[in-house]
Amino acid sequence: MTFAEQFPIVLGSLNTGFLQTFRLFLITLVGAIPLGMLLAVAEISRWKLLRAFIRTVVWIVRGSPLMIQLLIIFYFPGLVLNTPIWGGGESGRFAAASVAFIINYACYFCEIFRGGIQGIPVGQEEAGLVLGMKPAQIFFRVKLLQVIKAILPPISNEIITLIKDTSLARIIALQEIIWAGQSFMKGSQGISGVIWPLFFTGIYYLAFTGILTILFARLEKKLSYFR
Amino acid sequence: MPILEVEHLRKSFGATRVLDDISFTMEPGTALSIIGSSGSGKTTLLRCLNFLERPDAGIIRVKGETLLDAASPASDFQRNIRLKRLHFGLVFQSFNLFPQYTALENVTLAEKLLAREKPDWKDNKSAYLKSIEEHGCALLAEMGLQDRMGNYPHQLSGGQCQRVAIARALALNPDILCFDEPTSALDPELTGEVLRVIRSLADRSTTMIIVTHEMSFARDVADHVIFMDSGTICEQGSPDEVFLHPQQERTRQFLSHYAD
Repeated sequence: MTFAEQFPIVLGSLNTGFLQTFRLFLITLVGAIPLGMLLAVAEISRWKLLRAFIRTVVWIVRGSPLMIQLLIIFYFPGLVLNTPIWGGGESGRFAAASVAFIINYACYFCEIFRGGIQGIPVGQEEAGLVLGMKPAQIFFRVKLLQVIKAILPPISNEIITLIKDTSLARIIALQEIIWAGQSFMKGSQGISGVIWPLFFTGIYYLAFTGILTILFARLEKKLSYFR
Repeated sequence: MPILEVEHLRKSFGATRVLDDISFTMEPGTALSIIGSSGSGKTTLLRCLNFLERPDAGIIRVKGETLLDAASPASDFQRNIRLKRLHFGLVFQSFNLFPQYTALENVTLAEKLLAREKPDWKDNKSAYLKSIEEHGCALLAEMGLQDRMGNYPHQLSGGQCQRVAIARALALNPDILCFDEPTSALDPELTGEVLRVIRSLADRSTTMIIVTHEMSFARDVADHVIFMDSGTICEQGSPDEVFLHPQQERTRQFLSHYAD
């Protein structure tokens, strides 16, 4: 098969794989950002036990490889507990990968949010208090935008890492873009022993991170009207 | 009737006693200067008056109404704490303006939020907002900032920032306006413009408590002066009494550092 014949077949496969990559990316953001906020609020709460618990969870999740977490979450229920909650097939693998990614990234986001909230000078809160504002008003009207501005760079960093981390889901055979590229080495749709599709996946990652980099640069510029 | 009565205020941080048996009264329309070295408790006193700290003992009364009696349970301290705070305004040493709002928005934000609690807010929303906006503009104009209303804090000089902060505190019409070393973060040139503004407030009989290290200003602007030393009121009286004829050795010693 000539390259010209291979190309459309490979492209179709990679597109399908990228769609799965993108879905995992999106569901992780949608799940991990709110969960991370909740964890951050819990981590600065008054209850010592809760704070200690969250800190331990964050330590374990950030301290161990995401790949191991993926394997445990996918295999543990079925192989150890004899209750295969994920079911077979691609949808089960996607569900397991989503849970692993959401938990993992929530812990990273949690630390960024916590740092952002605690980084706001205490004088902002006090100025709000002496002006008779309610705690919720101080948070939403005074602090929130300052927090968002402060955490935008680390968040964009984390999100760009996430795009590339989705490839780890390959370890539980999720059919994302790396899996799709690799399939042409072993043989798929009449093409085998070909490695360029695997390298070609890099173009997708670069394009995607490029778009996000531009997007975040715009956001940062939007918030540059104050210091 | 005094506008402010403070009786036997005490406050400790851990084992350190920061305020010890502070008592004084203020008449409406007068200015009180509080002087003393760093760490003598001046700032903590202002923070207690603004309910940013809870005193361990003592009473704070405004216009005869007891706002704080440290002998009653802690829940009493928290109850209506927002409304109690509104009797006082506080201008901070470090301005603490909200960076994402313009000068005018800084001045009007709190008033707008409070207006939402009025029962007829929904029906008269635009009328309320319009009058608040006008009030804010008038205050900034009074501060000499009519050309700066749309500027963000980082576009203003320190002196302009502090004048915005003064307008912001005045916007809620506090009974007593407190200044916590309002010029300590400013260079001498900018200090002058802020002191002139405070001076003009005093001329219009604004009730004020001014914590400051500017001795000549403290003497010039105040009707009454308190000298604090290690958490206690060491000496108080008229500016002439305290500055010209101090009775306490500690006061003389402190003032000698400022003799020029």
